[in-house]
Order: sequence, then structure tokens, then C-alpha cells
Amino acid sequence: MMTQILTVLAFLLMALGVWGLMSRRHLIRIIIGFSLLDTGVHLLLVAFGYRSGGTAPILSDGIGVSGLVSGAVDPIPSALVLTAIVIGLAVTALMLSFAVRMYARTRSIYIDKNKELKW
Amino acid sequence: MFKRLFSLVLVVALAAAFFPLFATIGDRGDVSPLAESYLADAPDALGSANLVTSVIVTYRGLDTLGEVTVLFAASAGVSLVFSRLGSSSDGRRPVQNHAPSELVVTGAGLLLPLIFVFGVFIFVHGHLTPGGGFQGGVVIASGVLLALLAGTLTELSHGMLSVLEMLSGAGYVAVGLLGLWLAGGFLDPRFLPTGEIGSLFSGGAIPVIYSLVGIKVGAELSGVIDAMRRRRVVE
Repeated sequence: MMTQILTVLAFLLMALGVWGLMSRRHLIRIIIGFSLLDTGVHLLLVAFGYRSGGTAPILSDGIGVSGLVSGAVDPIPSALVLTAIVIGLAVTALMLSFAVRMYARTRSIYIDKNKELKW
Repeated sequence: MFKRLFSLVLVVALAAAFFPLFATIGDRGDVSPLAESYLADAPDALGSANLVTSVIVTYRGLDTLGEVTVLFAASAGVSLVFSRLGSSSDGRRPVQNHAPSELVVTGAGLLLPLIFVFGVFIFVHGHLTPGGGFQGGVVIASGVLLALLAGTLTELSHGMLSVLEMLSGAGYVAVGLLGLWLAGGFLDPRFLPTGEIGSLFSGGAIPVIYSLVGIKVGAELSGVIDAMRRRRVVE
């Protein structure tokens, strides 16, 4: 049940992100849409690693190694998502600085005002 | 109007692509065989209590080295974009023209030491508790941002940031090479004693690697914040 809720939530975030990417013309809003899409993908990956009633994959007093094997969630998606979050942060920072640069050059933050990038 | 319709079609197509996933996915009672072997063997093999850290720093250590490289490339890109911007405007003018409010200044005086200590705590205890180098580095960079906003720091020394970044990046690779030389392979942390699980000095070189990552991420993100703060688009 939990996995399904997480998957639906991840889909909603991704759909919102795609909608934002496609329908907005303001650069900052497009970047926000991209971040939402990013977060949706992270949530989806974490949902795949979940097991029912799972605990964090951290060894502590109450839980021995046998407890981890029988009850902890998959550590691999968590590690991948941690990597993805950091990369997402770096990409967002770079996109925002490109947005600033584009505004400085064209004096407009709306992408349809910038004819140079049209195909 | 046509564009809106196209976006809507794309969202619906996304939903269609996802539908088989919703229909078949359910709660699982087990994990994949690979994850099971990590869960069963990693605590004894590496002596690190946090298995996510074991996966990030050791089993997927090369990925993490690549991730640090991507972060470096992005921060270098941000600095480059903003420095080009500066040459076309009238030089370096700080964005902040008025003094910060008293609330921010007083709050910063109280919170700054705590934020820095918390950041260091997070990356030093990355192998024991949730957290690690990336999280600790981000906490430290947020402390730097608060210091800049409150006027505690007016100028970040770029030389110091570069030296910190360079030393920690080179140190990360050096630790990896030590693993290749003294233990099983590149980024193998077991050339230092693995110690007792749950104590601060355990997990071999994992805390060393995560501390270096924490310093590097903190320095890089502080550099990004500083680059974004210094330059402004002239109206």
C-alpha cells in the first residue's frame, strides 16, 4: 500500500514538473518545473527500495545483522537518490546562473522573447 | 492553445507509461539479492553502522568520486558564468545596499557556531547516523550564507576556498590510492583498522573520506553562494 501511495505521489510530482516545463514561459518557473520532475524521480526510486514495515538500514542496539536482513529497506536506491539529489542541486545552480546570464544578455526572462534559441 | 494541448497530451502519455507500474507494484516483503548480501555482510566487512554510507563510500565509491567531480564542474561553471557577467557590468558591487536587520545579526551570533558544529558533527558521524559528507557540507554552506547575510563575513577568501577544495579533492583520491596499495582495491577503506561497530573511530577510512567530502562540498557551495552574491545585473 505504502509503495503504491509513494508511486502515485511520485507520478503526480513528475506530471506537475512536465506540465510546468512545457507550459510556462518564465525561465525561473521552468527551472522550478525541472526541480519538481527531479524530486518525483527521487521519490519513485525510494519507493522501489521500500519493503513493508521496513526500517532504516542502520545498525543500532535493538537491531542486529539478522534484523537488518529481515527488516531493513534496500540501501542501494537510498544511496543512488543521495547521489541524484546532489547532482540535481548542481544542475539547478547551473541552470539558475544561465538564467541570470540570459536575462543580462536579452533583458527578458521569458523564453519566447528570445528568438536566438528558436529552431 | 495548441502548445497547452501538446503539454496535456505529454502528461497523459506519461500517465499511460506509468500505468503498468501502478497496476503491478505492491509492497514487497523482501529486497533484491544484492541488497541482501550488503545487509548481511557489510557491517562485519567494513565496520560501518550506516549501510547507506557503506554503499556510497565503498561499494559505489567510484560513483561518489564522479559525483564530487560533477559538483566541482557545476560550481566552476557557475563561477565562470558569473565572472563573465561581471566584466560586462560595472564591476563588483555587492547586492546588499542596506544594513541587515538586528534580528538577523543577533540570530546569526547565536546560531552560527551551532550551525558549523552541527555540520561538522553530521559529516564526522556519517558512518554511524543518517547523514554524511554531502549533508554536512550543505549545512556548513548554509552557515556561510547566514554569515554573509548578517554581515559577520563581508568577503569570502577565494584563495582559501580553492586551497580547501583542492586539498580535500586530492586527499580523497590519495585515500583511494592508499586503498589500492594497502588493501583490496581503489577506495577500499580497510587499510585503517575497522574498529568496533558504533564507535567514532570505526569503518576504516570511511569517516576520513566523508570528512574530506564534507569539506569539499562546503567549500564548493560557499563558492557558488559567493559568486551569486557578488555580481549583479546592472539595471
